[in-house]
Amino acid sequence: MTLALIITALVTVLAAATVMSLRNLVHCALAMAVAFSGVAALYLQLNAEFVGFAEILVYVGAIAILIVFAILLTRSGETPEKSVLTSGWLAGVAVSAMVFTLLGWAVLTSSALPKEIAIAPAAPVKNIGDALMSKFVLPLEIVGLVLTAAMIGAVIIALKEDKKDNSGGQP
Amino acid sequence: MFDQLDQIFVNALHWLVGFVPEVLRPLVTPLICISFILMVFPAFFSIITIFERKGIGRIQNRYGPNRVGIPFTKIRLAGFGQFLPDGLKMLTKEDIVPRAADKLVHFLAPVVMLIPVLLSYSVLPFGKNMTLADYDAGLLFFFAVGGAVEIAVFMAGWSSRNKYSLLGAMRAIAQMVSYEIPLILSAVSVVMIVGSLKLTDIIAHQNHYTFGIAHWHVFTPWGFIGFVLFFIASLAESNRTPFDLPEAESEIIAGYFTEYSGFKFALFFLGEYLGMFAIIGLGITLFLGGWTAPFSFLAWIPSWIWFFGKLTAIIFVFIWIRATLPRLRMDQLMNFAWKFMLPLALINILVAGIWHYMAADWQRWLVCGALIAGAYVLLGRGLMQNQKLGKRIYRYAE
Repeated sequence: MTLALIITALVTVLAAATVMSLRNLVHCALAMAVAFSGVAALYLQLNAEFVGFAEILVYVGAIAILIVFAILLTRSGETPEKSVLTSGWLAGVAVSAMVFTLLGWAVLTSSALPKEIAIAPAAPVKNIGDALMSKFVLPLEIVGLVLTAAMIGAVIIALKEDKKDNSGGQP
Repeated sequence: MFDQLDQIFVNALHWLVGFVPEVLRPLVTPLICISFILMVFPAFFSIITIFERKGIGRIQNRYGPNRVGIPFTKIRLAGFGQFLPDGLKMLTKEDIVPRAADKLVHFLAPVVMLIPVLLSYSVLPFGKNMTLADYDAGLLFFFAVGGAVEIAVFMAGWSSRNKYSLLGAMRAIAQMVSYEIPLILSAVSVVMIVGSLKLTDIIAHQNHYTFGIAHWHVFTPWGFIGFVLFFIASLAESNRTPFDLPEAESEIIAGYFTEYSGFKFALFFLGEYLGMFAIIGLGITLFLGGWTAPFSFLAWIPSWIWFFGKLTAIIFVFIWIRATLPRLRMDQLMNFAWKFMLPLALINILVAGIWHYMAADWQRWLVCGALIAGAYVLLGRGLMQNQKLGKRIYRYAE
């Protein structure tokens, strides 16, 4: 465990905790962008260049912006008065600690876990590209098709309705 | 001798690093490189602002700044000393924060704006052996950190609690998201041909000559249209005229940085210009051969002179466009991005594929050129079909 790893892990966890505890939704979204960047930094420290850059490109560059837009377009600016932490938070902490302990124990004693730590395979961007274009070309195509369908659906929902059609639908 | 001159900065770095003990070298080398970038590009920015003001003045038939020279002397430098008092003024102005503003986010926005822009310089090759971090996925890194600028723009616009700021931020983000797609897709055609996301590989692919002319990507059909698309999209990404709706003075004061003054405003200004330089630098690397010379008999000129020469030339074209073209309307901007540039970029990817698989003779020039010309004409006609653009009638002058 190096110092850099500890710092990025701390930043990520703190940012993630901030996302859950702040009242103002826009602040939460911005803190989430920090958490995403922290995750990307963790990937980069594990020499997973492609995943790290894709994390920044997709999550910080696109998803955070999408969330922020969704907040601005759907809610008014006022923030809730009372705190998000309710009185039952102690019980919540206890339950989650118990679940964490149980899961950790199960994972650590599992027989599926390899006893020797495997050497991390090098995954340069070229290999990822080759694998996507040869072995995993069908899943890639299917994902592309699903995304295209989703985009066309979004365009159809956003399309201006024809005025002649909705004769009785005026609110 | 010219090789010495070409590698002068690399040798200087080695010489400087030679003074520190072996243990500290991995720490000191990046520090020197970072300080190099932090010195050179802001200095370049300050010179360019004067060039821009004087150039636009010349194009618009007025003087521009022409007074400031060296203080306490009679030397006037034709106004090129203007950037120094401008910078001092920015530094010493009062920093005004609106009472209703979200103080922390308002403070952080200019910083968040500048950091990704400076990060993107780390992968650009400024000359032979002059790349700070030569990642395998350098191109991806560039676009990834570029995407973080949008967050900064949103932070500035939202935290100011000003309707003009928020409108400007919304416009800026919509524009950046829309034009990022043709920007990336036009770069994809280069990646397809080169087969690598590494920027030094992309330059190495262009660094050979036939009959003394370089194999720059811009000299091929797909590269030419890719460069044009990249150029237009980079104009939009850096919020320059004719895509300067996010900071249209006559409509929304100054857009997302309306409520910023003093040094924070200067940081936004700096971030915007450094972002522009970085994206032009990437365009040069992808399509204009990076630091290579256009003709083999000019290859003795040091590589970093070529890079900065090309950078200055393209910035000049940007200034020229800013002084010449009027601003687009929001719907025109979106239509142009989604109905013209995006399909053309997709067709360009197809053309790059055909170019890669056809035999290298005149036939592929014919096929690829015809495909691009046909797509350009059809898309252009399709975009203009419902515009009802006729001859302009001047009612008052009839």
